[in-house]
Amino acid sequence: MSIENSDDNGTEELHNNDKAVEKNMQTQVTPSSLATVAGNREVRVPGSEMLGIGLETRGVHAWFGKKHVLADVSLDFAAGTVTALIGPSGCGKSTFLRTLNRMHEFIPTAALAGQVLLDGRDIYAAGTDVTKIRLNVGMVFQKPNPFPSMTIGQNVLSGLKLAQLKRSNTDDLMESCLERAGLWSEVKDRLNEHGGALSGGQQQRLCIARALAVEPQVLLMDEPCSALDPGSTFRIEQTISELAKTMTIIIVTHNMQQAARVSDYTAFFLSDGGPGVMVEAAPTSKIFSAPVDKRTEDYVTGRFG
Amino acid sequence: MTMTVEPLPQKPWEVTSRQRASTASLLAIAALLSWLLITVTGLNGKLGYLSAFFVTAATLIFIQQFRLRNLAAAKDSLLSSFALLGMVITVIPIVSIVATVIVKGYKGIHFGLFFNDMSLNSVNDPINQGGLLHALLGTIIMVGGALIISFPIGVLTALYLTEIQGRLSRPIKFLVQAMSGVPSIVAGLFILSSLVYPVTKSLSGMMGSFALSILMIPTIARTAEEMLRLIPNELREAGVALGGTQWRTVAGVVLPAAKSGLVTAVILGMARIIGETAPLLLVSGGGDSVNLNPTSGPMGSLPYYIWKSFLTGGTEEAFARAWGGLLVLLAFIFILFGAARLISGRKVM
Repeated sequence: MSIENSDDNGTEELHNNDKAVEKNMQTQVTPSSLATVAGNREVRVPGSEMLGIGLETRGVHAWFGKKHVLADVSLDFAAGTVTALIGPSGCGKSTFLRTLNRMHEFIPTAALAGQVLLDGRDIYAAGTDVTKIRLNVGMVFQKPNPFPSMTIGQNVLSGLKLAQLKRSNTDDLMESCLERAGLWSEVKDRLNEHGGALSGGQQQRLCIARALAVEPQVLLMDEPCSALDPGSTFRIEQTISELAKTMTIIIVTHNMQQAARVSDYTAFFLSDGGPGVMVEAAPTSKIFSAPVDKRTEDYVTGRFG
Repeated sequence: MTMTVEPLPQKPWEVTSRQRASTASLLAIAALLSWLLITVTGLNGKLGYLSAFFVTAATLIFIQQFRLRNLAAAKDSLLSSFALLGMVITVIPIVSIVATVIVKGYKGIHFGLFFNDMSLNSVNDPINQGGLLHALLGTIIMVGGALIISFPIGVLTALYLTEIQGRLSRPIKFLVQAMSGVPSIVAGLFILSSLVYPVTKSLSGMMGSFALSILMIPTIARTAEEMLRLIPNELREAGVALGGTQWRTVAGVVLPAAKSGLVTAVILGMARIIGETAPLLLVSGGGDSVNLNPTSGPMGSLPYYIWKSFLTGGTEEAFARAWGGLLVLLAFIFILFGAARLISGRKVM
């Protein structure tokens, strides 16, 4: 599971991209280098060739009990783009992410205001089937969490069982999901082993494969690499680049280089003791080269946070 | 020319044989001292010797540690001595019970024991006549019935406490804890007065299962609840994030993940009730012949068989029968626990 190994499998385009990433990993991190990384990316703009469906939030607020943790976030996630949510800890970006597939309501004290529009329809509207929402908006968590009672193969297909979906050729689906998550070659001979036998990075890619099996249009990733080593992180970033061709991805990350490497758009969140707000959202290269807001500049240049 | 010598694997943190020898000699001195103490003073008997040995050995080790190291190490050694003493005090009755049952019980075991009942024999007959087939089958039927009733109720209660976490969680948790302290005779009287007298008007194995369920449900519910709490919340979130409803997530992810814990709950529940005598005396009575129908007629059980043999005979044969029954009951429990370990794939106790 080394970087060299993964290079062999990469496409030509990816290959070049990897070189840039590797170069960047070696050089000292400066704001301009982040801007270079972001600039090296082929800027993807929403268009007809994009797949997946878009997501839009309008004035989203969130509370835990009486604590107002997120204020008035309006963001537009165009179909087929990768958006990174960055900001210091406690700024509400993970909370925001969890409002997008209604995982927010799992915390007993949670409350919410505003609208989240999936393909133009408010997911919080009365009469909405919440399980359908979560089928369309998949999620990968911070800590790899494969189901311990299931084998690798069963883990991948677990969503079909949980959502009671019927698929005719599950073997093909399993292979394609593992392939897209960049794990197939490593696990194809051990599909009957338990997920816990894999390394942390492999487990996380298994979780990505599991999320893909129910064919979501949007994929939410909550700091998916924070518990992983650089090699695994690299593989998952490759996976994200691949997946972005077919779906809308929103990723929370503390790693600004990661944001620069994988995302088309970046939104910067900040809390000054009060509720978290979205300070600035723009194409990633612009956030890292010419941010409009002084606070964004301070954060991406490492002056705080 | 320098030669690098491959180091041998060593364990410098382990107790050396010299230290072991010195401790052994200390213990030998302690044994000698306590013997002297007993011959000089009026102390005697096994208990006197044991306490004298403990005091002298603990003192000697304390002094040794104080001389070799310091006061802190000496105090440590004192605590270790007491921990060891506690362990020994716990183990003595267990070992003693098992040993007594085996020594006295094996005389009561014979081949026909498992193929005959007592319908044609009295407890005072020669030991190789009659058997406890009726009691063994009765216990299996009644405990099995209690398990069929208690397992779903107990697990559903645990799921209410851990997954639904409704408004009633706290009072129910309190009630379940209080219920696990209910004396078994109360469970028997409850079934007797609420079902046997007003409804069936006759004793039966099913009534026995009901009474045992009252004792078994709290144990299963509490154990299952603790096991379900050990399942990380991330798994529930992952299940729901894949488009599962709460119940499909519970059935497909949470319960399978807690499988071995649930087996533990079942075992602890069975261990709680398998030796219960009082409620069965009240509601299932005790037959002397094989009764495979739990809905009608008194049903025997191992505890009842033991009870009857001890109290109604008085001859040597009757006592041997009782001890034999105890040995069978004990063996049955061991087999259950062993099977549970095998099924759950880990230690259950």
